[in-house]
Amino acid sequence: MLLQALAFYVFGFVVMASAAMVVVSRNPVYSVLFLILAFFNAAALFVLIGAEFIAMILIIVYVGAVAVLFLFVVMMLDINLTELREGFLKYLPVGAMIGIVLLLEILLGLGVIGSNPTTLAGLGKAGPQVLAIDNTRAIGRVLYTQYFYLFQIAGVVLLVAMIGAIVLTLRSRPGVRRQRIGEQLYRPKEDAVTVVKVPTRGGV
Amino acid sequence: MTIGLGHYLFVAAVLFTLGILGIFLNRKNVIVILMCVELMLLAVNINLVAFSVFQGNIVGQVFAMLVLTVAAAEAAIGLAILVVYFRIRGTIEVEDINAMKG
Repeated sequence: MLLQALAFYVFGFVVMASAAMVVVSRNPVYSVLFLILAFFNAAALFVLIGAEFIAMILIIVYVGAVAVLFLFVVMMLDINLTELREGFLKYLPVGAMIGIVLLLEILLGLGVIGSNPTTLAGLGKAGPQVLAIDNTRAIGRVLYTQYFYLFQIAGVVLLVAMIGAIVLTLRSRPGVRRQRIGEQLYRPKEDAVTVVKVPTRGGV
Repeated sequence: MTIGLGHYLFVAAVLFTLGILGIFLNRKNVIVILMCVELMLLAVNINLVAFSVFQGNIVGQVFAMLVLTVAAAEAAIGLAILVVYFRIRGTIEVEDINAMKG
């Protein structure tokens, strides 16, 4: 139990520290790398309480797809880094004040800190609930039966996002010659070949 | 020394606040703003999974998967729009994105 608490504190600290580094680091490439670190440690936090499937999906989807997409875009765009950092210090006092107030509000409202133990009372006192079957099987049992339509709609959302991204970034360059096989195959014989009667010794 | 629901909610609250703080501080860089939105969605996922596990109800994790789907779609569309915008205007500063006067 002590080891689990220690692991939670280490992973939680790394998650929060790397999230802070995403916000304050100067270079967007470093921001993306710290985002990947935060996702890895959040996945470790999920493993600690027995949500293995979501942890693996988090690593596959976020680290494998989303963060790499961010990295591609950051490296592809030729942006001026110093111009983009202007105004950071100007907004720092207001932003920090709003952040602190918001954090205190959330924590007080949830009853994590302060003397308002009613909201969380009885919710998590017993520790993580251990299900009779393993995590992935438990998710699959409800995902493919009770929430089947939601699952399908999620797939449709991904399809729409994919088509949208392709349509947005596709550009047709003028002046590029490319082979149109369909037109080649459908061309009638009369357009392609002309039979010329050549007189003997006359030439064409 | 047991880790309870409150610990996870604390981590999620700090992550969410850091996301909002990042949107406030990086007023110019759209890429960092998108990353901060991802951080906030991660905080939401931590909340959902923590409540799901500590109450023994698996539905929260199903919902976390759907949130993850929407986050992936949002990142793809947002970055595609960003690439097209950079191709047209040559900058990604937020203050220059006012062609629609919205």
